[in-house]
Amino acid sequence: FFFFLIFEVFFGVFSFTINSAITINAVLEVEASKVGCSVPAARKTGTTICGVVFKDGVVLGADTRATEGMIVADKNCSKIHYISPNIYCCGAGTAADTEMTTQLISSNLELHSLSTGRLPRVATANRMLKQMLFRYQGYIGAALVLGGVDCNGPHLYSIYPHGSTDKLPYVTMGSGSLAAMAVFEDRYKPDMEEDAAKQLVRDAIAAGIFNDLGSGSNIDLCVITKSKVNYIRPHDEANKKGVRTGDYKYKRGTTGVLTKAVTPIDLELLEESVQTMDTS
Amino acid sequence: MKLRLFKQERCCPRMGPGCLSAGLPVVCLFVVMCQTTIMAVEYDGGVVIGADSRTTTGAYIANRVTDKLTRIHNKIYCCRSGSAADTQAIAEIVAYQLGFHSIELDEPPLVETAANLFRASCYRYREELTAGILVAGWDKRKGGQVYSVPIGGMLVRQPVSVGGSGSTYIYGFMDANYKPGMNKEQCMELTAAALSLAMERDGSSGGVVRLASISEEGVERRVILGNQLPKFSTH
Repeated sequence: FFFFLIFEVFFGVFSFTINSAITINAVLEVEASKVGCSVPAARKTGTTICGVVFKDGVVLGADTRATEGMIVADKNCSKIHYISPNIYCCGAGTAADTEMTTQLISSNLELHSLSTGRLPRVATANRMLKQMLFRYQGYIGAALVLGGVDCNGPHLYSIYPHGSTDKLPYVTMGSGSLAAMAVFEDRYKPDMEEDAAKQLVRDAIAAGIFNDLGSGSNIDLCVITKSKVNYIRPHDEANKKGVRTGDYKYKRGTTGVLTKAVTPIDLELLEESVQTMDTS
Repeated sequence: MKLRLFKQERCCPRMGPGCLSAGLPVVCLFVVMCQTTIMAVEYDGGVVIGADSRTTTGAYIANRVTDKLTRIHNKIYCCRSGSAADTQAIAEIVAYQLGFHSIELDEPPLVETAANLFRASCYRYREELTAGILVAGWDKRKGGQVYSVPIGGMLVRQPVSVGGSGSTYIYGFMDANYKPGMNKEQCMELTAAALSLAMERDGSSGGVVRLASISEEGVERRVILGNQLPKFSTH
């Protein structure tokens, strides 16, 4: 019943806060257009993110492009976020939402872990994330791939902005998810070795990078096993900037010098004042 | 590019391949739906429940092996259809409430109690939710029971019930083939056949057929893979 009341309060609180947030944003937009500028567009990570469960753990992968409309805002952003020593989370959707959501849950999970005295479980992180996202009814645009290894083995979840979750052996999210899923559906096998899993994830992200306009740049990987976490950034610089073969600079002496005249400019010191800094 | 956000099941206009060819990186938020076909049948001594396994976001299948038969208590399960987020959240809340209630009572809870908890949430928040749920299970007092809580929050007990978008295609099949007094195996076959027919015709249903039977002995779960489904079509 206490929980029922919370559910009730959630909806009550939700309508109040979301409404006020919407009205504030609407007012800001109007005021901004009056002055002549526009409200900045939300920076989104177009994104391809994916995860796979292999024999000893999970491999998470992500591209590194963040877009603002049609422009690449960040060529090398980090989309694999830390949740706890054994749990990491990839985020697609609105960049600020994924960043803040994962940081909030990471903080709460650390407190929870200190209370219980145990290493946190992936299912706990999943519950916390889905309950928060459901409370905001999809207005927090965070689509997440949550993966980690705990006392019950390796786990992988996909979490959608409205708060639904799926527990699966392989998941993809983001605008490049269809390209990545095509690679997974072709080559996934249960109980793969670590190197095969890393190669599979790398290929899936590469499919997203090269076939989706919203994804690009490098491939980051995060391999989580019972004993260690390997955060490989970048794992693969799939889009290295080329080196120019030539140079437009001309060497000194290319153009012949006919005459040279040097005129030193004498400056006269007129006034000098010293102001001591108040250091106490 | 504005991020389109829709909280109701009225998905945003299908942008689809047309938009992608215009060169726009689309992060369009469709609501994740379990449009589904779900079914529950009572027999003397328990219930048989079944569901397909498809979850969609727009035209993309987000999960092709979903388990829509969610455990609420040891011998009480629910079949979920509608918005995936809404039904998962409600099921988790009801599971918590029922678990608490069961500890207070110090005995297994009644299926009718579980159904009423679903009804309470679904009716109170009927404007915000899109959830069609079948609650089914076994208890000592009334044996096997099936309760239907469709969108809007009505509660009604029925001997056999179907739900979800694919259910419309099998009402006729149900009316013709359901007879009271069937045993467990006959109920299983009926459910599998009905779900196969619905999955064949409904685009939002597909994948595998998940079956479960709940009785005094416990819960028995089965999966029928795509190539093992009963075939009806000759053309």
